[in-house]
Amino acid sequence: MKQAIIQRIFLGIVMITAVIILNFFLLHAAPGDVVDAMLAEGGGGDPELAARLRASYGLDEATHIQLIKYLGQVFRGDLGYSFYYDQSVTDLLLGHLPTTLMLTISALILAVVIGTLFGVYAALKPKGIFSNFVTVLSLFGYATPVFWLGMIILLVFALYLPLFPAFGIRSLPEPEHAVGRILDIIHHLVLPTFTLAILYLASYSRISRASMLDVLGSDYIRTARAKGLSETKVIFKHALKNAAMPVVTLAGLQLAQVFSGAILVETVFSLPGVGPLLYESIVRRDFPVILGVLFGAASTTIIANIITDLIYKYMDPRIQSIT
Amino acid sequence: MTQPNTPNSDQIFSSEEITSEPDVKWQDTFHLFCANRAALLGLTFVCLFILVGIFGPIVIPADPFEMVAMPLMSPNGQTLFGSDYLGRDVFVGIIHGARPTMIIAVTATLVTVLIGITIGAIAGYYGGMVDNVLMRITEFFQVLPPLVFAMVIVAVFSSHIVVVILAIAITTWPTEARLTRAEFLKIKENEYVTASRAIGDRNFRIITKIILPNAMPPLMIAITLRVGITVIYEAALSFLGLTDPDVITWGKMIGQSRDFFFEAWWTVTFPGVAILLVVLCIALIGDGLNDAFNPKLRGR
Repeated sequence: MKQAIIQRIFLGIVMITAVIILNFFLLHAAPGDVVDAMLAEGGGGDPELAARLRASYGLDEATHIQLIKYLGQVFRGDLGYSFYYDQSVTDLLLGHLPTTLMLTISALILAVVIGTLFGVYAALKPKGIFSNFVTVLSLFGYATPVFWLGMIILLVFALYLPLFPAFGIRSLPEPEHAVGRILDIIHHLVLPTFTLAILYLASYSRISRASMLDVLGSDYIRTARAKGLSETKVIFKHALKNAAMPVVTLAGLQLAQVFSGAILVETVFSLPGVGPLLYESIVRRDFPVILGVLFGAASTTIIANIITDLIYKYMDPRIQSIT
Repeated sequence: MTQPNTPNSDQIFSSEEITSEPDVKWQDTFHLFCANRAALLGLTFVCLFILVGIFGPIVIPADPFEMVAMPLMSPNGQTLFGSDYLGRDVFVGIIHGARPTMIIAVTATLVTVLIGITIGAIAGYYGGMVDNVLMRITEFFQVLPPLVFAMVIVAVFSSHIVVVILAIAITTWPTEARLTRAEFLKIKENEYVTASRAIGDRNFRIITKIILPNAMPPLMIAITLRVGITVIYEAALSFLGLTDPDVITWGKMIGQSRDFFFEAWWTVTFPGVAILLVVLCIALIGDGLNDAFNPKLRGR
């Protein structure tokens, strides 16, 4: 167990290093460097000043030396500087990532819980109306673009039925009481979270129905029934745990995808997460921020993968590794 | 894409291993697929969509970028689906957007599948160290959130259509690679593979002529579904403005109307419905293939 943890963490560090190297080369491929960005902010400059600045930033050195320096920088938490925001990229990321993570994780949990329940309920009557509903739902979940769904949900629940706020994460002015402030944030997050959750919920309900049908036909369920246990007990105590496994596994693997979805949803609902930050930075060609977001997103996924992997190992020692 | 079964059946029949009698499984599959009404409906609509993509701009030659009406006009006799904030006809945009959407989705899927199958096949066939290294690389690409990575690629290089296609492929191939690898691991244990090796077939031949055709059923389902995912993926990139400025796509129409859709619901609703319908029909085909290849698992 201990060895497995160390091995997993070591692999994680290798992965993060690989992301940094990728970032370095993308940064090199990008048009313009940090000096160009500085001079552009200052309204242009003469070539001599540019050359002096490049030397002071070490940009005239050989590529491999720059790469090693860059690796050292990033591991010390320095991702560069955004001249537009006049802030370090690390601070920008730390300011924007929590919103995105909150959205991603709450949507994923919602999708897993509701999806599994839908699937279990559908599996009880495989030919019933609800089972067909799950089939149709999963088709629509596959076919609906998340950003478009967000807009339609906004039209319905913010414009025609003004139940929820249309954009942002806080009301202005903010409620005075702390509880009021939290409720206000939740109120703002309901629509984006559901938008993101619905699509995954749809596919999870189908998967959990299939695995529930498998489980319900297995010997140990027959034994449980033969013992005279009530149907509720059979389903919720014996079958559910095993039927939910594929869904939980898939959810763990899909984290990076859900993160991508969250970025689109944030853009639609104007939430102050990394989505709008990335979008604005691409429009402005602010490359340190763009690559900082890639690094932040990838390392979050790597860390989350390690955590889920270890939880699995703890829960079910037979599992070697899910990733 | 239109007749998923024919090209592969040819491949099977011409393969030297199965000379005496044709593999009945493909015929069964074909019949099962044809008996599936939902799948045929999907196939019909996808064909219709392809026809619109090919002939639409010829039948309706209007320029989709041209301002033909007052801005933000609701659907009426003049503009069937209304006009956007610049007075451009939404209906004309949807007709003209079909072709780029189709071309990007199909090309990007082909590139994705090519990378995925190659890597998955090599990893699954050779195993050991090769497999280990290739799987670590695959994992690396899986921790990069696809959309973020694609946005970065397009931002760093350019929003040329070729870059967009490559960005989509580079960020999505791991799924196909994993699937191919899993199939190869399973199939290479079969006796006919050992037999083929025993008579001295070269590795390349075993991979492409013996294992790959047998791995096709799950791959074909995955490829079909991949086309749909790519349509949505491309729409997302266009929605964010990361696409060729000279090309009109459905995602771009939605993205450009983002600031106005509270005043003009039709500017985002209709292009979105177009995406939804196309991808839904692709999903029906995928489901149909799934049922046809695995008749026992029907309805799961």
